[in-house]
Amino acid sequence: MAKLIWVLFFSAFALLGHAKEAVLAAQDPVLEARMVRITSELRCLVCQNQTIADSHAALAVDLRNQVMEQLQQGQSDQQIIDYMTARYGDFVLYRPPLKASTVVLWFGPGLLLPISLAALFVVLRRRSRLPPEAFDPDEPETPGPEAHRH
Amino acid sequence: MKYLKFLLPLGVFLGLVVFLAAGLKLNPREVPSPLIDKPAPAFSLTQLENPAQTIRRDDLLGKVWMLNVWASWCVACRQEHPLLVKFAQSKLLPIYGLNYKDSRPDGLQWLARFGNPYDASLFDQDGRVGIDWGVYGVPETFIIDRQGVVRFKHIGPLTPDVIRSRIEPLVRKLNG
Repeated sequence: MAKLIWVLFFSAFALLGHAKEAVLAAQDPVLEARMVRITSELRCLVCQNQTIADSHAALAVDLRNQVMEQLQQGQSDQQIIDYMTARYGDFVLYRPPLKASTVVLWFGPGLLLPISLAALFVVLRRRSRLPPEAFDPDEPETPGPEAHRH
Repeated sequence: MKYLKFLLPLGVFLGLVVFLAAGLKLNPREVPSPLIDKPAPAFSLTQLENPAQTIRRDDLLGKVWMLNVWASWCVACRQEHPLLVKFAQSKLLPIYGLNYKDSRPDGLQWLARFGNPYDASLFDQDGRVGIDWGVYGVPETFIIDRQGVVRFKHIGPLTPDVIRSRIEPLVRKLNG
């Protein structure tokens, strides 16, 4: 129950953070929605854990203006993304492209999981084959601080 | 087999130490610039000192030059400034300033107060040229070769070590 309350508590925060997105007031809601969508995919280089859509840094404000301006000129989403990566590199992309230098980034976690599962399996199997003498006898249950389970 | 039980955690621990030590030395603010070995972005800006005088990228073709991005509101620029003034006295290469998102009076006052190492400062009031150069943390320093190709970028204040071990050898090589 306590866990559930914590989860609710933090999701409320996450929602709050989302609602507070620093967005420019623009005349055209369609373009603005596109602008927010594009800049939500771009990392702000000044405060690196925020998107350009989220950030209040001066550079992020400039870049949002820049994106808006280019949208008004009729540029496609991809053209704007290309414009950003030409200046700031792949680092600005929250979804990095798949290429030689990012292979570890993309597949490392996927590889680590089966490797660690296999290791776990081997260890457990080895232990299950050990005779009971290999283990310490169970402690008899004693009342006191030991009984206080986490 | 008996040893493996002890060596394995030790190995894992040492591996972790190596990774963490390397991580400590990395500076996440130093994002590799995609501009390196690419033509310098075009610009056409007025001089800070003289609004009537315009400088374009192509005016600077044919010489190796330095672009130093600065602003009067930038604290780290002040920290870097004495070193840059001293470096300018060596006359190793022309140094152009990019006065980034500043005002003319503030910029000029700053130079008058702390010294002017620049052959000229380009006045980038709205930061548009800064964006084209991928500037995100002032000060930044670029070295551009004779063909107008960006050869080096340093993010953050210059240090004596960067000048000695990176910039001076590179400029000599490009001029050589």
